[in-house]
Amino acid sequence: MAEKILRVNMTTLTGAFEDVPSEWAGIGGRALTSAIVAKEVPPTCDALGKHNKLVFAPGLLAGTPAAQSGRLSAGAKSPLTGGIKESNAGGTAAQNLAKLAIKALIIEGAPVDDSKFYGIQIAKDSVKIVEATELVGKRNYEVIKTLSAQIAPKVGVLTIGPVGEMRMAAANISVKDPDGNIRSHGRGGLGAVMGSKKVKYVTIDDTNGTGTPIADPEKFKGAARAFAKAILEHPVSGEGLPTYGTNVLVNVLNEAGGLPTKNFRTGQFEGHDKISGETMREIIVKRGGKPKHGCHAGCIIQCSQHYVDEKGEYITSGFEYETIWGFGANCCIDDLDTIARADRIMDDIGIDSIEGAVIIGVAMEAGIVEFGDGPGTLKLLEEIGNGSPLGRILGNGAASVGKAYGITRVPVVKGQGIPAYDPRTVKGIGVTYATSTQGADHTAGYAVATNILKVGGFIDPLKNEGQVELSRNLQIATAAIDSTGLCLFVAFPALDIPETLAAIIDMLNAKYNLTLTGDDVIALGKSVLKTEHAFNNAAGFTKQDDRLPEFFSEDPCAPHNLTWTMSDEEIDEFWNF
Amino acid sequence: MQITVKLFATFREGRFSVEGREYPEGTRIAVILSELNIPEQQIGMIMVNARHAEPDQELHDGDTLAIFPLVGGG
Ligand code: SF4
Repeated sequence: MAEKILRVNMTTLTGAFEDVPSEWAGIGGRALTSAIVAKEVPPTCDALGKHNKLVFAPGLLAGTPAAQSGRLSAGAKSPLTGGIKESNAGGTAAQNLAKLAIKALIIEGAPVDDSKFYGIQIAKDSVKIVEATELVGKRNYEVIKTLSAQIAPKVGVLTIGPVGEMRMAAANISVKDPDGNIRSHGRGGLGAVMGSKKVKYVTIDDTNGTGTPIADPEKFKGAARAFAKAILEHPVSGEGLPTYGTNVLVNVLNEAGGLPTKNFRTGQFEGHDKISGETMREIIVKRGGKPKHGCHAGCIIQCSQHYVDEKGEYITSGFEYETIWGFGANCCIDDLDTIARADRIMDDIGIDSIEGAVIIGVAMEAGIVEFGDGPGTLKLLEEIGNGSPLGRILGNGAASVGKAYGITRVPVVKGQGIPAYDPRTVKGIGVTYATSTQGADHTAGYAVATNILKVGGFIDPLKNEGQVELSRNLQIATAAIDSTGLCLFVAFPALDIPETLAAIIDMLNAKYNLTLTGDDVIALGKSVLKTEHAFNNAAGFTKQDDRLPEFFSEDPCAPHNLTWTMSDEEIDEFWNF
Repeated sequence: MQITVKLFATFREGRFSVEGREYPEGTRIAVILSELNIPEQQIGMIMVNARHAEPDQELHDGDTLAIFPLVGGG
């Protein structure tokens, strides 16, 4: 099977398979979604208008036996930031698309009659666009269940909940995982873009799909084995993540004084131990849940889990540090069960759980509910799902809430909520928040690894020296990894064990019969960042948008009592490459 | 002198989470690590009063010492 681009036009309600243009042949994942958006979407267009396009692309290694290779990139112009967006997620869809040899799915246009929603049903060499009448208004768990029953138990599903249908700027896109649960293209409001195209869901039935062949299977096998070995050997990916999930970070960041607490007032949370990864593991084991779980077949790290209630009933999975920080320390709710319910509601209604947490923090700042009010928080999330007037102000993002209530303590960059690491205390991640093309996004250049976790060396988190260079190097490497379709957590072994990167390059070369070197990978990362930066500039961004909110420079953060002191000139050095 | 020792993740197994412990003035972190049977190669981070520290650092009365294995997330 030769690889194809599947283009679906929602104005004409038709879809067609196209040959892959040579300029896109060697790229996948984020490199491809960003290249397509940069080429085909006018940067100044309305993100919710017909000129925007929603692009899905599996990574270059998707569909192969390589560990961790099933992440899917989604891209568009973001209604939240107004800039380019790539958000990647686990779930089965990347592997389903790769099996059908679909290198990218482009959804463009918008129906003239906007009273209906549609489903895009993809199977081998075929695509159907059907009315989605009975699923309109339904939440994500139900949509996934219904479609899996209607089409096939293993069908891949991408769906939006009511928040996406209502085109709120914090809406996400849900991806079905191997158990029929939910992973998310969380950040940047891509669910609203899907809603604006009137697409309720996409199904991918990969029956009889064979994928594209591996050019040199023997070489691939050896490289894949070396890669898996490095992952399992590294203490973070081999032991830490599967045991405690990402939530092990609550205690780490609290101890370092970088756990943003009470809407970024201080860096330590009194109730940290109650919401920590250690406590979470105890609860899950005691109640008979699953402490480790992979978001797609072929994940050997398994940072996910099934969090269950006291009766052992499933509440949520993919219960991440950022969500737990966000409702825990940030909103002062020291109860994991309440936070798990919040996570469940957000997955179900279809809103980004990081933005959701920052939204509620700002809502508490505004006095809509008190800090620490768990039941009040769950009610507000339901209001978002139900689309009440207050719900819509909330669902449009933390910046929207700040504006509506005249608040200045609004932790966002380029309109996107700042996640779980205080930039005053973890200065490298502050540079990433400021400069990322994606708006505030910790995954774009995870300086926490080197500032706090001592992975890939150590650069003092409390000082400005070396942070711009650190963030730049990480953002370049991340852009490259996001293009392979590998889960970003392979960066932990990659930063410490040199064989990891060599194995990734060997796998790419063996799959596509290439002769890539480490330098080519770095060049790819750089070109992805530059493409995205150029799009943002053409959309109207300037370097003044690469700044943190004023309060970080004014209000010291305890216990270190530091402010953000990086000068504009220092930050602007970032783009010097 | 009084030191608050905090252990995290797998280091808690068979040990403790947090304890106030007595040590002679000027005790180095390394001494406490070997007392607790924590091999240095398993250590990810050591923090004293919320700052990263190395095993050869001397402690002072009232310090909080936090010891983590190599962990990560994101
Ligand atoms: S390590 Fe976690 S995020 Fe990465 S592929 Fe596995 S479950 Fe998904």
